[in-house]
Amino acid sequence: MNDFKTNANWTASVISDIKKQAETGGMLLTGMGNPSPYPNYWDRILLDASQVTNPSIDPLREPMELRTFLGRKSSKLEKETYPQLELSTPIMFSAMSYGSISLNTCKSLAMAATDSGIYWNTGEGGLHKDLYKYANRAIVQVASGRFGVHEEYLRAGAAIEIKVGQGAKPGIGGHLPGEKVSKEISETRMIPEGTDAISPAPHHDIYSIEDLRQLIYALKEATDYEKPVIVKIAAVHNSAAIASGMVRAGADIIALDGFRGGTGATPMIVRNHTGIPIELALASVDQRLRDEGIRNDASVVVAGGFRSSADIIKAIALGADSVYIASSALIAVGCTMCQKCYTGKCAWGITTQDPELVKRINPEIAKKRLNNLIRAWSLEIKEVLGSMGINAVESLRGNKERLRGIGLNETELKILGIKHAGE
Amino acid sequence: MKINAKGLHYRELNREIKDALNKGEKKVELSGINGQRFIGAGLKSNAEISVEGVPGNDLGVFMNGLTIRVNNNCQDGAGNTMNSGKITIHGDAGDVIGYAMRNGKILVKGNVGYRVGIHMKEYKENRPAIVIGGSAGDFLGEYMAGGIIVVLNLNNDFDSDYIGTGMHAGTIYIRGKVDERKVGEGVETKKAGNIKEILPLLKEFCEEFGLDFEKISNSEFTMLSAKSTRPYGELYCY
Ligand code: SF4
Repeated sequence: MNDFKTNANWTASVISDIKKQAETGGMLLTGMGNPSPYPNYWDRILLDASQVTNPSIDPLREPMELRTFLGRKSSKLEKETYPQLELSTPIMFSAMSYGSISLNTCKSLAMAATDSGIYWNTGEGGLHKDLYKYANRAIVQVASGRFGVHEEYLRAGAAIEIKVGQGAKPGIGGHLPGEKVSKEISETRMIPEGTDAISPAPHHDIYSIEDLRQLIYALKEATDYEKPVIVKIAAVHNSAAIASGMVRAGADIIALDGFRGGTGATPMIVRNHTGIPIELALASVDQRLRDEGIRNDASVVVAGGFRSSADIIKAIALGADSVYIASSALIAVGCTMCQKCYTGKCAWGITTQDPELVKRINPEIAKKRLNNLIRAWSLEIKEVLGSMGINAVESLRGNKERLRGIGLNETELKILGIKHAGE
Repeated sequence: MKINAKGLHYRELNREIKDALNKGEKKVELSGINGQRFIGAGLKSNAEISVEGVPGNDLGVFMNGLTIRVNNNCQDGAGNTMNSGKITIHGDAGDVIGYAMRNGKILVKGNVGYRVGIHMKEYKENRPAIVIGGSAGDFLGEYMAGGIIVVLNLNNDFDSDYIGTGMHAGTIYIRGKVDERKVGEGVETKKAGNIKEILPLLKEFCEEFGLDFEKISNSEFTMLSAKSTRPYGELYCY
């Protein structure tokens, strides 16, 4: 590396990537989320606080409600009620499959979600037999490969998520290389040991919104309309129009995954250049659904690189009902953001199936650290709600008046639907 | 037990079917079916359902063990992600029949549409099979990850293009010769030496539809299989 004569354009990583590709003729793979220095709008949004006219509240003395319900809400005219997910705090663990992460990591997340009163997500790898006992706190995923998807699995989960896209790899499928398909993974995914597990880029029964509706209702029929159905897409240029279609197709919850979202493995070209920031996608989707009068027909969950409770609070004020976290949850159990997940040799026992490495995660300890993170962030959310004079997270949702942009241009402010600081 | 489905929405129809099965019915006869979707969705049962009329999309989606017999044509997506059981269609069937099916059988007397058997897979003793009497549309057996597809091409009009594109396991048998230019990359095409493994399927098919087993089983078959179980192994650098 030191031999390279690097400069501002020809950085060491650019040069070493070219050399790697010249040697192998292959696409560059990478792990975790987009590390490139694109604008991060959370860092350019400031929160409001109450002063004099609207007193702030002390969360230590007064009850603060963080409880969140996700699902379609009945309108006044309807008698029908719809199934809801009940969260103790507006945070969930995002999809991470057994296969992309180790069973010990899955267990840690499942146990922490159960303790903390939130939900974890199986990803597209099926539900391991040891994890069925945490299934009532699981969102079970249905992706294009349909790995491990059968009626028992669908019935076991608290909600079903149709994965259309992922922020780290919009528009492309997934691929678990054969060498990672061990005996246990093969049993959970219900595929032969040692074969490539390929998730095609699209669901081949979904080529339109009408087709999406068909899969949503197939799942509802199969589970007696007892579970909310989530549809997850990557945040892309026309997310708002797609989201409107998703809600009209019957999704009870829509999940948007921004371009900073993580992954176990993805071609670098896609991760670093495709998709849009979750901040902009969220604001435009929320606005679109409000304009069309269908915002209450579905909850909106956002994902894609949430680093702190501040990011979460800003997302809720921008219109989200809840967030999905994954990278930060993995950091809580040891991840160092080395981005080498695709090698399958994670030194922390997270994104690996090597039994020696997997042992390094103690689910009891990891669970405790995850519970701590959820508790700490929930306390911080309460603290900030109090400072704003609000006593329920519900009252912050979509309350863009409590946000101000800093150093943003007019187009950015317009899309975010917020005023500039000082206005 | 008989259910007249005339004018029933699929939600009511499926409710009635479920109620019948919960009461222990082992045979349910549906009449007046006209495009209702999701018949038998997600049902775990070894009961038999007979369908009179044309069922809508996703017949038997996620089903686990049912036997469904349709006396007519059926629309798209029959047997979508089914876990086990059997679907028999006494007519033509639409697109994406047997998508990601894991076990069980689908027998179609006539022709089928595009992408049939896409991503069907096998696992342990589970080995799904689709037998088609007539012809199939393009992308037959796309991404196939296991199981067997048989096309009998009884009207000699089989003209599918991009057969087995992306397939990495399983076998496709086609009666007669196949133009190799129409077969997907990474798929090996050869004359089937013997067709022992599909004889029981052929027998079942011929009995169901009253066809001449001797004649069909003595025909020449072309056999398609994946050249590699790791089609994507060489795409990346680490
Ligand atoms: S520590 Fe493990 S999980 Fe974290 S980025 Fe590195 S390889 Fe991936």
